Amino acid sequence: MTIEFRKEYFADERDDNLNEIGKPTQRQDALGHVTGRSPFFDDHLFDGLLHIRCVRSPHHHARIRRIDTSEAERMPGVVRIITGRDVPQNLNTLLSLLDFGIDDEPLLSEKKVSYKGEPVAAVVAESERAARDAVAKVRVDWEELPAVFDVEEAVKPGAPVVNDIYPGNLFIYHGKYDHQKLRFGDVEAGFRQADQVIEGRYQMSPIEQAPTETCGAIAAPETNDRYVVYTSTQALFFSLDTTSKLLKTPSNRLHFIGGTVGGGFGGKVDSLHEPLAVLGTMLTGRPCKYIFDREEEMQVGAPRGAERWYIRDGVMNDGRIVARKFIGYFDSGAYTRLSSYAIIKGVGHLPGPYTIPNVYADVYCVFTNRTPATAMRGFGITGVDFAIEAHMDKVAHAVNMDPIELRILNAYRDGDMKAHRRLAKNTALIECCQVAAEKAQWPISQKARQASSLREGGGERAKIPNFTAIDQNGLVTGFTAGNYARKAKRSEPAAPQSLPTQTPRHDSVPVAPRYEQPVRPQHQPAASAPPPPAPPAQTASDARRTRFSSISGLRRR
Amino acid sequence: MTIHRGRGFASINYPIGMNLGGDPSQALVHSNPGGKFMVALSSIDLGQGMKSVTRQIAAETLGVPVEDVYVDTADSDTGPHCMGSFASRGTHRVGNAVIQAAQEARAVMLEAAAEELEVDPADLVTDGKGNIHVKGAPSKSITTAEACGAAQFKQGRTVSGRGIFLIPLSEVDPETGEMTPVSCFAHAALIVDIDVDDETGEIDVVEMNSAYELGRALNPRLVEQQLVGGAWMGLSHAAWETTEPYYPERSHGPLDFNTYLMPGPGDIASHHISILERPAPDGPYGGKGPGEMCANPVLPAMVNAVFNAVGVRIDELPITPEKILRGIRANGGAQPQGRRG
Repeated sequence: MTIEFRKEYFADERDDNLNEIGKPTQRQDALGHVTGRSPFFDDHLFDGLLHIRCVRSPHHHARIRRIDTSEAERMPGVVRIITGRDVPQNLNTLLSLLDFGIDDEPLLSEKKVSYKGEPVAAVVAESERAARDAVAKVRVDWEELPAVFDVEEAVKPGAPVVNDIYPGNLFIYHGKYDHQKLRFGDVEAGFRQADQVIEGRYQMSPIEQAPTETCGAIAAPETNDRYVVYTSTQALFFSLDTTSKLLKTPSNRLHFIGGTVGGGFGGKVDSLHEPLAVLGTMLTGRPCKYIFDREEEMQVGAPRGAERWYIRDGVMNDGRIVARKFIGYFDSGAYTRLSSYAIIKGVGHLPGPYTIPNVYADVYCVFTNRTPATAMRGFGITGVDFAIEAHMDKVAHAVNMDPIELRILNAYRDGDMKAHRRLAKNTALIECCQVAAEKAQWPISQKARQASSLREGGGERAKIPNFTAIDQNGLVTGFTAGNYARKAKRSEPAAPQSLPTQTPRHDSVPVAPRYEQPVRPQHQPAASAPPPPAPPAQTASDARRTRFSSISGLRRR
Repeated sequence: MTIHRGRGFASINYPIGMNLGGDPSQALVHSNPGGKFMVALSSIDLGQGMKSVTRQIAAETLGVPVEDVYVDTADSDTGPHCMGSFASRGTHRVGNAVIQAAQEARAVMLEAAAEELEVDPADLVTDGKGNIHVKGAPSKSITTAEACGAAQFKQGRTVSGRGIFLIPLSEVDPETGEMTPVSCFAHAALIVDIDVDDETGEIDVVEMNSAYELGRALNPRLVEQQLVGGAWMGLSHAAWETTEPYYPERSHGPLDFNTYLMPGPGDIASHHISILERPAPDGPYGGKGPGEMCANPVLPAMVNAVFNAVGVRIDELPITPEKILRGIRANGGAQPQGRRG
């Protein structure tokens, strides 16, 4: 295990003579951590602490006919049983705080469950043991429904509807399409021009963030009609604002304390524990703790979702990739959480760190009857990077080229136009390839060794293709765009009613950006792009339906 | 039975910060009369070192020793708004907010010092050791503690500062995907050497060699901890972990660490890392964020190494002995692809 800093690279872009930056200063919290004295959320002790355990669905998909809590309520130590009726605003989507997506997930489900482990009731009891015993005595009358687990099965006509908010089992983007598009140049023309076309299918497995400390929160009454919450959250105000929304409680009545967390890796953004802990405290007047046990963390806590990618590359015999097409499916599980957003991040990342003149992607956020997926280290990127880099190896094999030289040949360089139509800057892929090859004594050609991210970019490579093939595949109707991240000057009317959240909108914060303005080339609409369709007339069924906003918020009328 | 050595390569880049922007973070900095500074945040330290890196950034900007700064996070009553610690945004977004807050506090400290020294504040510099002196005249000096004390008790100034960093939200074109996803990217390339047993299908990871470009390494030890741990997580993802071993079937999901497989101490390969630093134009002191991206190259490098060793393409993670053996059988035997280097 060796670490070296290659200071000779990009030395003229750095001032290495700073006082504190670049120093191996010991962590501020090291002493507390290594002596076991750093307080984590679960170290906060309260007299009269109550424990919350959830009643969870044993089925992947089922209607709830009836929940009978009467026997459980008589169990010793049980203080209160909470069901969906007790939750003031029992429908939420995490990114509603950013006006992204529509509320689609209850805190405690009342009508149906869409994944095994979905909570339908919560027992608040004097001890964890009493809570567990009472959970076993809650009787739920289930009507099992057919379930769908495979992303490509879920999007077929007639597939079971996982999430009633999204009847096609697909998240809707921009109020317009059932997937996120990326269109740059004309991939079909690129495939015709190519010497070879190489295809692949890749399946990214779901994994658990597996933090040492499982997700949880402790809530307690604070003086002056406030609630204090000790939490393991990765995003303090995400959790605070989500709690405020679900419990219809002003945010300044919530005092959240966290900041020292036993590992997160993305799995502690979902804010499931804070609202239920505070609700328990509101209903009982006593401190309440709600924490996943390891089994829940593994199977009920949201994992990194599975992804399936199809890649098709048009390649010249000299190794240049001239066209790359992606079809991607993110398995979001039963609810949206953050997968819809990760897809936009992933699309902005395509086609990977390479300059390819023709790029196409259709990426779908699919609902299936499994535990909702959420963020994890590399969210939106890790899966497609696996696909891209496994595919690059196949391309190298097909054109009989060294895999590292293939990367260097196709690598993006400063000044190149990227498929999301911004110029690349501050690139360093080539140098990483060269240093890794040198370390492992993997021989590469002199030409590859002499390549540089700083040279031979830009020029022709900075241009947006003269023609981009546009299509309207996957067009949906009955939805209208809101104004989050909407493309400017688009003519869809904004949703006519007020926003679903009371939190301030981020686009109204008047702050001067302190970053380099991205080079923003003129957007060239393809000749074939038709005008946006007129919003559909309101019908009886529309009145019940939801409305999608741009990236895409859905709104109920 | 034969053991086949294989080498696999992958290179990646990684977007730093929340996609599309629109994700502000704030910081507040103030001193006590003794010239000791407190940074108040609502950001989360997940173990990645949020408190330490913001502490160093604050000390650098203020021009005081790092021991004179502590970071308090996260209490929603005192720490100003932060979107959270995710999407490789902590160092980049919060770091920039801390710089802005510290610059404002530093300006007040220098004004207080200038008044005491009867000089122009523009002529003052800090030595990073707790002293403020006139540029070119080190003898005409005052300690930061004296300056902050004078501000508090004589001049009636608050040595404090507010900071926010916000990259305004980008639009996304529904038709083309045109967008400004992020403002900077980190990079990596990694080579993994493995041994594949063609009788059992088992893999032994022998060694990893990598190069990571992360912008400026604000604290080299924190970078090291991220890269070593992150690459381990990538290894684990590639060939051990999954919550659904027969995905998309839901059965056989692990419930604890006995059945959720991860590499143990005996499975860990030695990993030799080179770090390149190309400062991000808009990063705090050029920093980007090493935390998320370090696992990514390991996954594809591992499947590429399997192909190099035995000629089997593993296109579905995780890599398991079963998949390798089935692939070898389908090919009519192991097909080593030849050594690289």
